[in-house]
Amino acid sequence: MSEPPVSRGFRGKQRSSDHAARTPPGQHLVNDFPVLSAGPTPRIDLVKWRFALTDGHNKFAEWDWEQFNALPQTKIKTDIHCVTTWSKLDTEWRGVTFDDLLAAAGLDEAPTPFALMHCYGGYTTNVPVEDMLEGKAMVATRFAGEELDPEHGGPARLVVPHLYFWKSAKWIQRIEFTETDTPGFWEELGYHIYGDPWREQRYAGD
Amino acid sequence: MLATEKVQPTRKLPWRTATVREIIEETPRVRSLSLDIPDWPGHRPGQHVDIRLTSDDGYQAQRSYSIASAPEAAELLVTVERIEEGEVSPYLSSEVIVGDKFELRGPIGGHFVWSAFMTEPLFLVAGGSGVAPLMAMLRHRAAAGNKNPALLVYSSRSFDDIIYRKELAALAARSDGLKVVHTLTRQQPAGWTGEKKRIDPEMLSRVGFSPKEQPRIFICGPTQLVESAARALIELGHDAGLIKTERFGPTGA
Repeated sequence: MSEPPVSRGFRGKQRSSDHAARTPPGQHLVNDFPVLSAGPTPRIDLVKWRFALTDGHNKFAEWDWEQFNALPQTKIKTDIHCVTTWSKLDTEWRGVTFDDLLAAAGLDEAPTPFALMHCYGGYTTNVPVEDMLEGKAMVATRFAGEELDPEHGGPARLVVPHLYFWKSAKWIQRIEFTETDTPGFWEELGYHIYGDPWREQRYAGD
Repeated sequence: MLATEKVQPTRKLPWRTATVREIIEETPRVRSLSLDIPDWPGHRPGQHVDIRLTSDDGYQAQRSYSIASAPEAAELLVTVERIEEGEVSPYLSSEVIVGDKFELRGPIGGHFVWSAFMTEPLFLVAGGSGVAPLMAMLRHRAAAGNKNPALLVYSSRSFDDIIYRKELAALAARSDGLKVVHTLTRQQPAGWTGEKKRIDPEMLSRVGFSPKEQPRIFICGPTQLVESAARALIELGHDAGLIKTERFGPTGA
């Protein structure tokens, strides 16, 4: 398309950022941790909390809170990128990697190439399995050394930091393996099916 | 949060050039920009747009803003609050003059939307500039002649901070089923007899619809207000599936 119009008098603030190489196109850095959710924050009783790996027919594994916390725990420090244009650097998460979940379920490999996250409160989002392997994703229960706040997805949320953060499903309840890439909640509403922040895949067609 | 219409754009949402046609000073900290956008495809009340600014040396910054105008209106209105430490909002809320141009794309979002075809009561809860997408719903409601019961519970810091104050009063005076309840949490004018506490379960229970009426609920404002109002409404017995939220975090400026 043609050159964008110059916004007369606009200077901008973050052009000299030391972290430009870590900031995807169209993003800006924040120090706080904004909350964005489509509905009320579910309040989940840890006694009733369950997390499972399933497909259309099978439940491969299910853990209660105590069992889940007994799984191998991994800490990661990573940058996160929200589609609403904020990015936050060096966030610290602790949880169970997707690789360790597969192993704990006795699966040598994922049964299908895609997965759909199902959450308490009804949210869903899709992620290719390949994007969760080799340490690229975890189900996190702690943020910055503390229990994960309900507003930020506690008791447990998916963290797939290399994709826009709506993929990192809050209040995760179940990972369903699917043969095809099945659009989730925001993907059905015009957001990008994959959501790579470095290619600025915010909305369908980007 | 499950029942939502599906919208699947198949091509890229293009950046369009918006021209500022009019600037409306809403409050000392808030202004609305009336924008002329060639080939604007239309929107649904509650949707937002991404605005992208470009400096003369090519630096760009973009943010999301709710649409405040009804789909029936000729020009698109966005309402911007000045956030001192922000990057885009200080420009839009202070620098921009009539005739200026910037890029915009949308509409975006298909969940936090309401249509005048809906017949259930409309229950809106707003804090500060979070009233903007709810105003799009109320303007649409009036333009479409929807007379089903509607309520806006709106928290502002002071009387002078009430955005769209006169228009809200005019809408409420139409006697078409809309009621507006203001609460002023920091400062009240002399003789103020209205609400003056933060929106809480007692207030929502007293002024709000009963859960039995199954109102469609939209809450927009700062995170803390949205969290507490949504939680209170669920505790009062409203169905979580009928509550839609949009949060204006401290960031996003």
